[in-house]
Amino acid sequence: MEIPYTVSTRPDTGLWNAKVGIWLFLASEVMLFGGLFSAYIFLRLDAPPGVWPHGLLNVPVGTMNTAILIMSSVTVVLAWAALKMRRYRAYWWYMLATISCGVIFLVVKLAYEWPQKFDHFGAYIKPEALGKYEQYLGNEYAAEKALPPRLEITGHLHNRAALNDPKIKEYEVALDPLNAEPTNPVMDRPHFFPLPVTDKIATIEKEDVERATMFLPTHSAYFASYFTITGLHGLHVLGGVLVFIYMWLPVSKKLYQRNPEHLANRVEVSGLFWHFVDLIWIFVFPLFYLL
Amino acid sequence: MDASTSVETHHEPHGHDAAHEHHELGFWRKYIFSTDHKVIGIQYAFTGLIFLLFGFSLMMLMRWQLAYPGQALPVIGKWLPHIFGAGTMPDGKMTPDFYNSLGAMHGTIMVFLGIVPLAFAAFGNFVVPLQIGAPDMAFPKVNMASYWAVFVGGIVMLISFFVPGGAAKSGWTSYVPLAAIADSGPGHLPVFNGQTLWLIGFIFLITSSLLGAINFIATIIQLRAKGLTWMRLPFFVWAQFVTAFLLLLAFPPLEAGIIMQLMDRVAATSFFMPAGLVVNGTPLSISGGGSPLLWQHLFWFLAHPEVYVLILPGMGIVAEILANNSRKPLWGYKSLVFSVLTIGFLSFIVWAHHMWLTGMGSAVSAFFQTTTLIISIPSVIILSAFFISLWGGSIRFTVPMLFTTAFLPMFGIGGLTGIPLAFNSADLYLHDTYYVIAHFHYIVAPGTIFALFAGIYYWFPKATGRKMNDFWGKVHFWPTFICMNVIFLPMFLQGMAGMHRRWYDGGQGWNVSNEHTIWGLTGFQWNTPISWAAWIMGLAQIPFIINFFWSIKHGQKVNDNPWEATTLEWTAPSPPPHGNFVTAPVAYRGPYEYSLPGRERDYTMQNEPVEPAERIRRKPPAEPVLV
Repeated sequence: MEIPYTVSTRPDTGLWNAKVGIWLFLASEVMLFGGLFSAYIFLRLDAPPGVWPHGLLNVPVGTMNTAILIMSSVTVVLAWAALKMRRYRAYWWYMLATISCGVIFLVVKLAYEWPQKFDHFGAYIKPEALGKYEQYLGNEYAAEKALPPRLEITGHLHNRAALNDPKIKEYEVALDPLNAEPTNPVMDRPHFFPLPVTDKIATIEKEDVERATMFLPTHSAYFASYFTITGLHGLHVLGGVLVFIYMWLPVSKKLYQRNPEHLANRVEVSGLFWHFVDLIWIFVFPLFYLL
Repeated sequence: MDASTSVETHHEPHGHDAAHEHHELGFWRKYIFSTDHKVIGIQYAFTGLIFLLFGFSLMMLMRWQLAYPGQALPVIGKWLPHIFGAGTMPDGKMTPDFYNSLGAMHGTIMVFLGIVPLAFAAFGNFVVPLQIGAPDMAFPKVNMASYWAVFVGGIVMLISFFVPGGAAKSGWTSYVPLAAIADSGPGHLPVFNGQTLWLIGFIFLITSSLLGAINFIATIIQLRAKGLTWMRLPFFVWAQFVTAFLLLLAFPPLEAGIIMQLMDRVAATSFFMPAGLVVNGTPLSISGGGSPLLWQHLFWFLAHPEVYVLILPGMGIVAEILANNSRKPLWGYKSLVFSVLTIGFLSFIVWAHHMWLTGMGSAVSAFFQTTTLIISIPSVIILSAFFISLWGGSIRFTVPMLFTTAFLPMFGIGGLTGIPLAFNSADLYLHDTYYVIAHFHYIVAPGTIFALFAGIYYWFPKATGRKMNDFWGKVHFWPTFICMNVIFLPMFLQGMAGMHRRWYDGGQGWNVSNEHTIWGLTGFQWNTPISWAAWIMGLAQIPFIINFFWSIKHGQKVNDNPWEATTLEWTAPSPPPHGNFVTAPVAYRGPYEYSLPGRERDYTMQNEPVEPAERIRRKPPAEPVLV
């Protein structure tokens, strides 16, 4: 006996095996990312006022990546439709477009967005020293306008050696615009187009600092969840791209010649996965970039 | 999908190729990297049995420390330090750290590398496709990947015993922040330390379970034989179906938790770390802002459904053997099916009853207390249906049936003693005592493990074409049965006397348990008979091990249906060839048609067509339903 319904549908369920399999897999993925997103909610609800950062991510770049991912979801459907119409050439081009979108997304994420964060610096000021840095924090102004308290000074660290060298007693930071002009009402809300780091330099003494790191996962619960969730999402994008590359290479053309419906089914199943990966991003984008 | 039907013709030559390929498989593809569900099932069975023995051995070591705290372990105590490292048992005396490692790894290995691979994966793989009349699992390659993932996970867990500092030691629950700071600092490697390897190993185990679960569900939905409608499925298939859903949906949140704890350990994040932690007098350099309670929620969101993952396949096995050996249909088949589905659903909303002591708030506690009590209803229905199934049967006390009949009251004890734990007021006292240990082990040790032994004796002839020896089966059963009760029954009393489950010296240093005696022994003194019973039970497994291997080659040869059973797996040759059935089976009737009136034999197999005379007498169903 051979395993039935690998390509054709079972009459009473109307499905072939892999389609059942992928939906089950996606159900488990919902639970996986559901666990991570509920951790995000849990941590964010628990965070004391002023600790959860806002507006640290590059919204235009994130928007572009969102558009790229949505576009790739369209092209993968077109690829599948082309196969259904037995137009291999069109399939090949649509698949190439899908793969390119996935690769561009990953490159933007890993070669631009992440390194930019690794290069940024933040120092949480001890509660008792907040007054000393009032000129950078503007907490009186914030209290007046009912904004959350500001506990952190961010920017570009000029003396990188200070991170690990206990002999250096202070950090020299080229300030982010908010810390450069904390009482400017323009800074009350994050900007769509991120403002560049100013050339105003602040000297922060280490003994006034509760904790200072680059924007790494260890920086805060916010960046911990940002890097974990986008990292895991990136692994899913990578997995999808690798599968698509396999189905785009000549080896899959042989399957097409033997049984085109089988290849179409494979594209459909991996396309479902791809839509799911896209959908996760639709949650990631507002949670981390906008809210 | 009309287009898909038009390509049937393309499909057929491919089928011919695959059949042709089969004959050329070499040793490695046939027995090691096999995609055949039966071989994979047997691989899982060996893996599961070996890890069960290993996990049990860890506990036998701990039992020495509990019965004779601080004394040197005779004989093997001398060479254990050479295996596990000098810091574990200097001069044969167990260190507290090693004791903690043994405890944490006993739990992890028994649950995730012993019972899940054996009960779910091994029996599921071997039996389910045969019972539904399928040639194989729906995704044979995924099936192989699932086995090799569990294999790698097991190896990683084993390796963790030999890294500096030893295996994970924060309990099988790995509660944070204890677990997040354990095995780090001087004397530990950054990644190759017990707790980090525990987490990495777990990711492999979870991957394996997910792949397996997807495969089982897809197989049961798609590959049922012609005529095998949902209500004609053997109860075992239903149990595995629900189990697979539990694994599929409950494991990923724990995987999320594992990933976060891994980040806490290797990337110094603070998912589970509150601010202001001080370790050995030094404040930790972390951002804080994390929540230890979050880990507990994610952990128990898996780990409560997990206990149903442990018990449901056992119940399935028991149902099959019970019907077969009482020679009458399973009582209340439909209620059993709906009960198992209800358990599956409810098991997702009871998890926080493990967390009464965390101070979640009374509203949350009230909710989980209510759902926990509700879930006992379907469990009681199942157990009652099993008991009623015995009523009026002509019972055959075969070896599998002995284990099955022992399962019923043992599982009953385990279940009923859980009810006090479901009430948070009673649990405040009993929490983390030996009472909990006894309750849980009555469910999984004389419960699930007895069901697994029953299953091994029962399906052994299908896998090998030979029966295991009856006499040695009984020699295995009786001492195991007696020792199980000597081990776990006194633990209820120890727990009620106030003995804490994690005491390294068995309660000797705490006088709490010495105030009153139980049948002449204090709580601490009870450790000695319990430990001896555990070691004797270890000896009682030797007849099983010998019988198992001896019978593969020399057991009594039997026909394809030695137990005179009704389900489809017994229509296949023993052992079934690649592809399982010579011709595709068709099911005409329900799974437990024993002792039908007016028949020569007292069993009617599922693939026997309904005779015209029967059609008049039995209704409904009048016509066999073919799909």
